[in-house]
Amino acid sequence: MVPVSQETGQGASSIHEVLERVCPVMHIAEGFLPPAHAIAWGVASAPFVVHGVRSLTREVREHPESTLLLGASGAFTFVLSALKLPSVTGSCSHPTGTGLGAILFRPPVMAVLGTITLLFQALLLAHGGLTTLGANVFSMAIAGPWAGYAVHKLLRRWDVPLMVTVFSAAFVADLCTYCVTSVQLALAFPDPHSGFWGALGTFGSIFAVTQIPLAVSEGLLTVLVMRLLAQSSRGELARLGVLPDRPGKREAVAR
Amino acid sequence: MKRNTRINLLLLLAVAALAVLPLALGLGDHKKEPFAGADAEAETAVTELDPDYRPWFSPLYEPPSGEIESALFAAQAALGAGVLAYYFGLRRGRRQGEERALARGEDEGRGSSPAPGSG
Repeated sequence: MVPVSQETGQGASSIHEVLERVCPVMHIAEGFLPPAHAIAWGVASAPFVVHGVRSLTREVREHPESTLLLGASGAFTFVLSALKLPSVTGSCSHPTGTGLGAILFRPPVMAVLGTITLLFQALLLAHGGLTTLGANVFSMAIAGPWAGYAVHKLLRRWDVPLMVTVFSAAFVADLCTYCVTSVQLALAFPDPHSGFWGALGTFGSIFAVTQIPLAVSEGLLTVLVMRLLAQSSRGELARLGVLPDRPGKREAVAR
Repeated sequence: MKRNTRINLLLLLAVAALAVLPLALGLGDHKKEPFAGADAEAETAVTELDPDYRPWFSPLYEPPSGEIESALFAAQAALGAGVLAYYFGLRRGRRQGEERALARGEDEGRGSSPAPGSG
């Protein structure tokens, strides 16, 4: 790598640089949403998380055996959101890993697992923040999983092969998270000249370019884990409705 | 190598390639700090977009250095990877145990007790 790179002219600080500073790796930094916005996003996210906690406890109570797979889905989010990967724009960002859990356990459960991950990062890593937790939960733990889940359901209805829908769902969940983040930033910091839409256009286009390769990576990794799950936990996936239920001698024993 | 394993390895390879390519092609060379997330400059940024804005809250705990921060990120990844590895290891072990029990049951013939329950 080149240790020193030349500075390209001063003054003209592009919105790209600005964005990078406010939102270095995806989550909105602590204190960087005005209080009214922070509270509004918190209020918007809270019901989803509460509902999520309820469906999570119901799932664990009715199917104690799924606790392990729940843990694995949470772990997947943990790993992926710790992976800061370089992207084509020359900056780093990280995937979200929320697609997998959304497909397996439906989005409400993912709202909880995503919130746990965000809390961990906000408290220990100074990444994201407590005041921006509501906004970050909304983008990563609510909007992303729901978008991915919707894509998965839609494609399954059209009999698209499972691994293709898994890839698409993870890709969309990842990308959607970033789109929502740019909406949140554009709402809080509209462009002085072109207003909200102007800011959204710029934020959005930058995000898309940085995030597309990472969304592809996330899609591939999610497919990998789903393939491993299909090998090792066929019965579980059938119960969750991800794989078609094929009553065979093997599955009967495996349960 | 089994076909399944080969596909899995190819998937991993593709992810690695996607991560390495931007570095190898030097796509960050035009920047002051290539491939960095510049948290420290965050305050200046919002001042440019909105001169009146002041961040009104700061993190309760901030890793004292970049090294500590990357250590914590590594810990997060390790924790997640550990749980995933435990899950797949457990599943694999169970499956092998079941197969063995099944094979033993077939060896002993139909007369004996049915295959023992999964472990």
